[in-house]
Amino acid sequence: MKTLYLLVPLAPLAGAILAGFFGKILGRTGSHVVTILGVAISFVLSVLIYQDVQAGNVFNGAVYTWMESGGLKLEIGFLIDPLTVLMMLVVTFVSLMVHVYTIGYMAEDPGYQRFFSYISLFTFSMLMLVMANNFVQLFFGWEAVGLVSYLLIGFWYTRPTAIYANLKAFLVNRVGDFGFLLGIALIAAYAGSLDYATVFAKRSELAAMTEVVTGWPLITAVCICLFIGAMGKSAQFPLHVWLPDSMEGPTPISALIHAATMVTAGIFMVSRMSPLFELSDTALSFVIVIGAITTLFMALIAIVQTDIKRVVAYSTLSQLGYMTMALGASAYSVAIFHLMTHAFFKAVLFLGAGSVIIAMHHEQDMRRMGGLRKYMPITYATMLIGAIANAGLPPFAGFFSKDSIIEAVHLAQVPGAGFAYFCALAAVFVGGLYSFRLIFFTFHGKERFREPAHDAHGHDAHHGDHGHHGPVEPHETPKVVTVPLILLAIPAIASGWLIGTVLYGNWFGTSLTIAEVHKGMATMAHEFHGVFGMMAHGVTTLPFWLALSGAATAWYLYIVRPDLPAVIKQKSGVLATILEEKYGFDRFNDWFFAGGARLLGRGLWKGGDQVVIDGVMVNGSAAAVGWISGLVRLFQTGRIYQYAFGMIFGVFALLTFWFARA
Amino acid sequence: MKSQLLSLAIWVPILGALPVFWLGSERRTLVRWLSLAVAIAGFVVTIPLYTGFDTGTAGMQFVEQAPWITRFNVQYLLGVDGISMPFILLNSLITVLVVLAGWEVIEDKQAQYMGAFLVMSGLMNGIFCALDGVLFYVFFEASLIPMYIIIGAWGGPNRVYAAIKFFLYTLLGSLLMLVALIWLFLESGGSFNILDWHHLRIGIAPQILIFIAFLVSFAVKVPMWPVHTWLPDAHVEAPTGGSVVLAAIALKLGAYGFVRFSLPIVPDASHHLAPLMIALSLIAVIYIGFVALVQTDMKKLIAYSSISHMGFVTLGFFIFNQIGVEGALVQMISHGFVSAAMFLCVGVMYDRMHSRMIADYGGVVNTMPKFAALFVFFAMANSGLPATSGFVGEFMVILGAIKFNFWVGFAAATTLILGAAYTLWMVKRVVFGEVANDHVAKLKDIGGREFLVLGLLAACVLAMGIYPFPFTEVMHASVDNLLKHVAVSKL
Repeated sequence: MKTLYLLVPLAPLAGAILAGFFGKILGRTGSHVVTILGVAISFVLSVLIYQDVQAGNVFNGAVYTWMESGGLKLEIGFLIDPLTVLMMLVVTFVSLMVHVYTIGYMAEDPGYQRFFSYISLFTFSMLMLVMANNFVQLFFGWEAVGLVSYLLIGFWYTRPTAIYANLKAFLVNRVGDFGFLLGIALIAAYAGSLDYATVFAKRSELAAMTEVVTGWPLITAVCICLFIGAMGKSAQFPLHVWLPDSMEGPTPISALIHAATMVTAGIFMVSRMSPLFELSDTALSFVIVIGAITTLFMALIAIVQTDIKRVVAYSTLSQLGYMTMALGASAYSVAIFHLMTHAFFKAVLFLGAGSVIIAMHHEQDMRRMGGLRKYMPITYATMLIGAIANAGLPPFAGFFSKDSIIEAVHLAQVPGAGFAYFCALAAVFVGGLYSFRLIFFTFHGKERFREPAHDAHGHDAHHGDHGHHGPVEPHETPKVVTVPLILLAIPAIASGWLIGTVLYGNWFGTSLTIAEVHKGMATMAHEFHGVFGMMAHGVTTLPFWLALSGAATAWYLYIVRPDLPAVIKQKSGVLATILEEKYGFDRFNDWFFAGGARLLGRGLWKGGDQVVIDGVMVNGSAAAVGWISGLVRLFQTGRIYQYAFGMIFGVFALLTFWFARA
Repeated sequence: MKSQLLSLAIWVPILGALPVFWLGSERRTLVRWLSLAVAIAGFVVTIPLYTGFDTGTAGMQFVEQAPWITRFNVQYLLGVDGISMPFILLNSLITVLVVLAGWEVIEDKQAQYMGAFLVMSGLMNGIFCALDGVLFYVFFEASLIPMYIIIGAWGGPNRVYAAIKFFLYTLLGSLLMLVALIWLFLESGGSFNILDWHHLRIGIAPQILIFIAFLVSFAVKVPMWPVHTWLPDAHVEAPTGGSVVLAAIALKLGAYGFVRFSLPIVPDASHHLAPLMIALSLIAVIYIGFVALVQTDMKKLIAYSSISHMGFVTLGFFIFNQIGVEGALVQMISHGFVSAAMFLCVGVMYDRMHSRMIADYGGVVNTMPKFAALFVFFAMANSGLPATSGFVGEFMVILGAIKFNFWVGFAAATTLILGAAYTLWMVKRVVFGEVANDHVAKLKDIGGREFLVLGLLAACVLAMGIYPFPFTEVMHASVDNLLKHVAVSKL
């Protein structure tokens, strides 16, 4: 079995290496064949491993010893349990779909082989992350997906916005990683191991400890540090700023990395660490509040976006917020369940948006679309499914997972849960609004694409020659694009029906831990009466009606009275500006952090290094030597009589001194 | 076991340099190939040091002993342990790469250039394996001469200022060390054997004085804040090969001095002054990180980045736990690969554009894709990305630092953000973007020789990142022994 486990990450790695280094020799077709083959192998193996895990075979073992020092043995190894295998399935399936889709999306791009190499490398890194049985490998995967994300956001490296966005993404993530690494180091220092099982076995000891220097309760410090890492990777407030900008990357990776998989790494990580988080209500409270803020406030921004990809991006932020709230409510299985359903319906939304972008010749502004459903029926249908699922309406996947989160947050007892419940409900309305706004704006209403362009620029235009901005005639996209859409739309509808098994069937077994005092999940399990029961009950509760009224509002504003949004925008003045400025985070970060760091650097360099150290100390001491020798030189005149006079004077002075003493 | 391996490691490059000098610069082809042959031979003779190394003992291995100046009991005493052995291999490998890197680029007095590097390589090996105080001092000082000549003769326009600054800075530092060595000689009843000094009992006042004497000498070499300002100047003016050796090896000499002299000989003073050392190290990490951010000259930026990374090394030594000290040593080796590669990358661009200014570049990836891939890879290693060697040392030191004191670890970990910021911001401005100007548009991608040099380093960086086990394995016994020495008071 161990060989099989190894093969799962290594197959995409091999694909990445082949396409990356031998892309020229393999050619375009050869490159996509090897990478797709690699990912397909990993998907099939994941299915096999899934069946094996279902049969009760959990694996935890080392592959090799990475390093050993000071009593700390760090190994590379795998932990294969239900949580891992679920992630493996999601990652490899979405990745496979995205690989196929890319054939169509990147067809004309000169960086074709490079792109396939990157996404396969990403798949490898993500698999290493989810399959890790220790913190070192987790951190490796964590940083490696960050690297590939950096490379892919900046894929079109000649575009200033893209290379700004990728640097920003990397640095903001590094801020998160800073916390993450401190958390890992604290664990190493106090648990003496970085192996999950060993650390979890010591959890009760850890819970009793305090951090020696700071006096903080150790477990709270550890969990908050780890969660800061998750905030970076999973784009939680206030480290969310990189995700919208990451839309500069090609759309397939927005679907794969910035929606379905990488950004959920933080959610996965916290779930994996549930034995630790369960010991600190303070940390859980922190988690739930951050999640709540992200959920509501990012959803609000989505309403005012006009770029089709950015709407989906802000929607992703909001959905990640939901998952984070679930974590804070100790409903880890629900968070993972939403992670899974979200991976499907958000991938559909992103790939659908990509399909629209192809059809529109790389136009991304929704103000230049409208009425597309006639021209692109498959894209329309699949995106509609994605939007309904995103809004959380039954019987689509999003309903089951989102409703469970809201219920879990409702039942949560940690401080801040009330605030979170409010945010969760409000965001349901907003979610319905922006999801259907996207659909109506793009696919319904007046056909605006024949109008001459104003100021709008497609953000996804590869290169100058593709970026037609004249009138375009949209058309349905080729099969390599639509087939993955359909294949992803199926689980976007149906994966929610697994709720009974995944949440209430003890499916996760020992991979998730919930403390006795956190009764939310137990209560929910008690109240759960099957898929149909949940739907029947769902339509009588507030979230359903909120989502529906959100959708209705969108219908009214964008179909019935399309003139209204402009009026509302004008009337709401400051509020609209705040949303369009995204609460001013970007401006503040640019000014305070980027500007401040440069100012400080320049001050230290010019003031510290050049003036004080070099000016005063180094050249100053050289100058002092020069000055003293200049003084001394005055006496070295070379005239004998002056020396003679000096000598006589000296002798006289000495004699006087001697006689005076005597 | 009777072995001449260490003598070979020292004298093969030095003696091999003689025919290179003798050939003169007229016969360029012959000079190059002979230099390469000598450098490779110099590397090959060091390989048995690793393969034949006994990881089970902390004692000195491959020891050679012969009387030298009997009047003062000075000996030709060589030996290596797990701390010094890796650096001999690193140094000999880097020499091979430096010879390859100077293959076509150096047009003026190539024989002297190659010869100087070969001599320096031998002298550096001597420093790492000398176990006699005087012998160490002779090698330590002698290695200044070729570096001084390399900067002064093949350097940039302001090379004379830089060379003199480099020379005076380091010479002034090491004079105090000589005083300390003589004091130790007298105190130990007439022995220059460094290992004998490890067992000396010394009062606290002299311990502190000795510590300071060594500190001044080693801190300049490392270089530690605030005696670091010679390094950016030296790097900027030095030819590529000079920068490579300076960053990869010369900076390690100071750090090595701390573990060979300061820590084991005056442990009480080391403990007393550890807060100072930690503070200086953290200033190097943070202060210099910010300074690196605003550099406009690539070589200066990498020079400052080196100082910042060396801050991790001195930090690791003075938190006195095994993972910290081993992490510092790993960081030294890794920095040898990564900084060498970074300087070589700048060299590759400089050879084509004759500019080191970031502002003169932009969009290099368009014309030099292969080079850009390697450069981004090394930049990532410089930012400490896992699976590269850059991560291992930093990670270990941070683990050690958190164990020592949370806030020290906290301050050290800021390098995660700062290191990425200054390195990747440079990459953004140099490598990515539209082709910035006609000069960039005319750039030719790297050829086979350049690819070989950078590719070899990339392989080392990757191998050490994926499997650092062998590197730490050789250190365990020696570091363990060192820490035992440090833990026992010598008062």
